[in-house]
Amino acid sequence: MNTQRLSSQTRTTLIAAACLVLCAMASVLTLRRVDQLRPRATLEDVLYISSPKVVKRASLGYDGLMACIYWTRAVQYFGQRFHDRSLSYNELAPLLEMTTQLDPQLLVAYQFGASFLAPRPPNGAGQPERAIQLMEFGVQNNPQEWHLYYDLGFVYYMELKDYAKAADAFERGSHVGSHPFLKIMAAQMAQHAGELDTARMMWNAAYQSSQDKLVRQNAVEHLRALKVDEDITNLQSTVTRFGQKTGRLPNSIYELATAEKWPGVPVDPDGNPYTMDHTGRILLKHPEDFSFATQGLPPGFTPVAKFHDQ
Amino acid sequence: MTARIVHIASNTFREAVRDRVLYNLIAFALLLSGSAILVGQISIEIERLVVINLGLTAVSLFGIVIAIFIGIGLVSKEIEKRTLYTVLSRPVRRWEFIVGKFFGLAGTLVVNTFFMAIGVFGALLYVAHKLTSSDATILIALYFIVLEFLIICALALLFSSFSTPLLSAVFAFSLFVIGSFAEDLRGFAGMAHGLTRWLATGAAYAVPNFSAFNVINLVAHGQAPSGQLILQNTLYALFYAGMALSGAVLIFERRNLK
Amino acid sequence: MPAIEILGLEKTYMVGFWRKRPKRALYPLSLKVEEGEIFGFLGPNGAGKTTTLKLLMGLVFPTAGSAKILGRDWNDPEVKAQIGFLPEQPYFYDHLTAHELLNYYGQLSGVPAKDRKRRIDEVLIRVGLTDVKGVQLRKFSKGMLQRAGIAQAILHDPKLVFFDEPMSGLDPLGRRDVRDLMEQLKHEGKTVFFSTHILSDAEALCDRVAIIYKGELRGVGAVEDLTSTVQGKIEVIWHGTQIPASLKALGAECHISGDTIRAVLAENQQDAAIDALRREHLRLIALTPLRTSLEAYFVEKLQRAETSAGTMAGKSVGGTV
Repeated sequence: MNTQRLSSQTRTTLIAAACLVLCAMASVLTLRRVDQLRPRATLEDVLYISSPKVVKRASLGYDGLMACIYWTRAVQYFGQRFHDRSLSYNELAPLLEMTTQLDPQLLVAYQFGASFLAPRPPNGAGQPERAIQLMEFGVQNNPQEWHLYYDLGFVYYMELKDYAKAADAFERGSHVGSHPFLKIMAAQMAQHAGELDTARMMWNAAYQSSQDKLVRQNAVEHLRALKVDEDITNLQSTVTRFGQKTGRLPNSIYELATAEKWPGVPVDPDGNPYTMDHTGRILLKHPEDFSFATQGLPPGFTPVAKFHDQ
Repeated sequence: MTARIVHIASNTFREAVRDRVLYNLIAFALLLSGSAILVGQISIEIERLVVINLGLTAVSLFGIVIAIFIGIGLVSKEIEKRTLYTVLSRPVRRWEFIVGKFFGLAGTLVVNTFFMAIGVFGALLYVAHKLTSSDATILIALYFIVLEFLIICALALLFSSFSTPLLSAVFAFSLFVIGSFAEDLRGFAGMAHGLTRWLATGAAYAVPNFSAFNVINLVAHGQAPSGQLILQNTLYALFYAGMALSGAVLIFERRNLK
Repeated sequence: MPAIEILGLEKTYMVGFWRKRPKRALYPLSLKVEEGEIFGFLGPNGAGKTTTLKLLMGLVFPTAGSAKILGRDWNDPEVKAQIGFLPEQPYFYDHLTAHELLNYYGQLSGVPAKDRKRRIDEVLIRVGLTDVKGVQLRKFSKGMLQRAGIAQAILHDPKLVFFDEPMSGLDPLGRRDVRDLMEQLKHEGKTVFFSTHILSDAEALCDRVAIIYKGELRGVGAVEDLTSTVQGKIEVIWHGTQIPASLKALGAECHISGDTIRAVLAENQQDAAIDALRREHLRLIALTPLRTSLEAYFVEKLQRAETSAGTMAGKSVGGTV
């Protein structure tokens, strides 16, 4: 009957199917191995093609697509290194520059640059001048985007502490659209009054106006740190007042709380009560949870980059 | 059995070599290599760089085009034009046909690459006036390009086994383009979540990974890829081509030839 | 042992956009072809002849049924070494010469290298292509391609050859050559199975024929046996200007031209016609039996098939084929 054909054709089919499956698995395994051998693979062309203009020409007019690809690589690059607590992010600036050269209207790239190019490692690349360059390029190509001016001012204020230039950036931005708070920012820069309030306002704005997860998390951490700094500054001055009144340090934070007639021991944003050491310093219970706090840290403690969810 | 495969392969080779399309493409590629000399003269230090970059890219791209069009032409055309009937009425197994075609095609491309490589080395000699030992790394780049060709040939055969010539060409070329960005696809898959992640990861591994074979820039700067990479790339090419060929055999084995 | 034994071979295609509609290309076919005979497979275009051949060659897979070729399973690869196949309107590798083509096919058929050259030369002489053996096939005319096709089919000295429309594309001389070739093959003890829609060729060559129409086998047998089932006719010519009533009563078709009348009658009415003429005292000029042809058998079979299909479907059918 059909047995002969079945065995010949079925045999070939079975062997071919087995080959297919084996080769597929083997190719996946081999590919993973190849990936391991080339960890900086996608960045090689960044190293060698250092001119964004060349990339632009090479993409044959499909600039938008290439920009998306480079943007993906930039985010991946930073995310991977941040996760590994890396101390160098040298390729971030070229990647972002490449992205924005290919698509000057890719606003999220500028924001990413503002958030992560300027701060010092391990929170960022530590290249505020490159960040400024990127922002200026963005402003040049998107003069109607108020947020870019904001980002520019942000970098001047936060990292470079250059209040004059920050004010100037906010001023320029205030002429675009109706975002009155930029005028307020400009004014505040001019006075650099109430640093904490200004900073809080700026980080709030950064959080509200961004869709990017990393940028928002970054803003949240800063806001937490600001709260902590504020709390501890206040607490510390309470300690000093106590000392002036009684001539000695409080025995513990509980004594302070009782003396000031507080309902309970003050807590940090995580709900943990602040503590006090024997020298009268107010401390955080878990300082490692507040990456950007400058107060309440034990001596010799180095902050570590860590993001929490809101 | 092996004898039949060898005969099919050599016949495929002969058929390809006599097709004038092949010569036009080679001539154009050589022309491009030659023009690299002119382009390089714009800037003195990067002459060598431009020649190697442009030359090897031409070898790669034209080879892909040749692989796709001649490969698909040879198999799909045979199925469409019924030359296949007289072959299969002989004691030739269907799978022998596919495998023989593959080797014939691959052989054509290797010979083709050889001639185009001579063009590149010729241009290089002209601009640099001598060949240094670091130029030997160009051979490795060429080897990787040949590995790329093996994968493309296998894919061309896979598509020819069930699709029309035009569609097969389109599919093969699309896979080539996607495969060049496969690493980005994997990066994207790494950032995605849920179902998107699974789909993207599956696609990223199913698609041929051509970026790992592109060491043209590396070689232009006189550096060589590691021995491990050469080994793994070779294995990957063999396994991937094997996978595509198995697929082609599977499909072709059961196909009704109307 | 029969050369070919087809056992209930059938093929249904699924057509339509969603591949859901069945289309029967071949109804279950059972047939036997003996060794050493020339067997004709007849039918109009689209009847299922090529489908049957493709099924036997293993190019298409049957929906059901099987076949034996030279005693072995039809899809046994080894059996292919002993058969030759000429497809309809063959097309070959453009850039090969006839010699290279035959060499390639010889290699694939397993003809040993030392015999190959000799065989190729022999076959080229036989099909009349010796002069052009170094010319590339893309320059061949249709007739030349057909000859090349025949050449590759007989190159490896197969015991059984399958020809699909072997005469197509050939001029009358060429067709005679092919007919002679097929006779020669038979003399060499080979079996020839060929399909055609040209009945005169079949009549001239075949020992036995099968008629297929719309995927169904309509008749099998020796040519004489088949044609004898169709009623023969006779032609009667006599002097006269009037048709006798008795002849009219026989249902003759009469034509009057000048002073002769010509009538066509059924063969079995011969005696009645002669009696009628004698009674009327009419002078008989000629009485000729008209040769029944395969064509008449063919047409009758197909007409009957149409009408039976019509009644089965409950519709009235035009009756013409």
